[in-house]
Amino acid sequence: MDVQKFLEMGGYAQFVWPAYGLTALVLVWNWWSARRSETEAQNAARRRNELSSETRS
Amino acid sequence: MKWTWFHKLASPPHAYRILGRIAPWFGWAALALILVATWWGLVKAPADYQQGDGFRILYVHAPSAWMSMFTYVVMAVAAGVGLVWRIKLAHGAAAACAPIGASFTFLALATGSIWGKPMWGTWWVWDARLTSELLLLFLYLGYMALRASFDDPQRADRASAVLALVGVINVPIIHYSVEWWTTLHQPASVTKLDKPSIQLAMLIPLFIMITGFQLYFGWAISRRLRGEILRRERNAKWLEEAA
Repeated sequence: MDVQKFLEMGGYAQFVWPAYGLTALVLVWNWWSARRSETEAQNAARRRNELSSETRS
Repeated sequence: MKWTWFHKLASPPHAYRILGRIAPWFGWAALALILVATWWGLVKAPADYQQGDGFRILYVHAPSAWMSMFTYVVMAVAAGVGLVWRIKLAHGAAAACAPIGASFTFLALATGSIWGKPMWGTWWVWDARLTSELLLLFLYLGYMALRASFDDPQRADRASAVLALVGVINVPIIHYSVEWWTTLHQPASVTKLDKPSIQLAMLIPLFIMITGFQLYFGWAISRRLRGEILRRERNAKWLEEAA
């Protein structure tokens, strides 16, 4: 495979690569954001548990 | 018919555990399929006879656009189930859909715009397809803003569910916009009842990418819904074990 030719994308490089790059960026952002949403909720639940066990004792 | 399986599935602790177990499978399968489809779409698929290599944007644009509508339908159905049967988990699922759907819609609009420049000679045109897709983005953003404006989660659930249900009318409008109005956007070339007007060698990577995006959605909603469950089950006993 000719790498140079592949990167040129038949003259459409300036459109094809940004489209794929943006897709990768949004998918990675969504991955990070979903993970963060879950771990934040877990941490908050953990803190609530600690607080409630402290008030009980 | 026994509904015990349904009640079990809708119980937050059970759903929390199941989602945690299936999420990694969705995630790894999605990653594998998206990588294969990217390679296939960029390298192996033949160039288009009219658009040359520029057509390869199809493999990220069409799946994003498809997922933007699919996610909205899932969100509206979940919101409707939550509203009618008062199932908290369903409201949680609807809330989890919104940010995922918004990002797919943004991606569909942005990649479409990038594709439009070389093929149509313009980044944007106010035609029916593009305008209704932009409206979809505003529906997602409006849904999230409405939820955020309530302190009481139950009121947020009900109000946002109504918005989600009203907005679902936009989905068939997006789909049929290319047939009902004269648009710059081309009509569907894959989802036709007779025969898709696209070559098989170009179609296979598209289907792989769509499946990959679906699995990615499965992963993302599993993670987000687990968060929603924890946020809603404030004082439940099982949380002590889960967290």
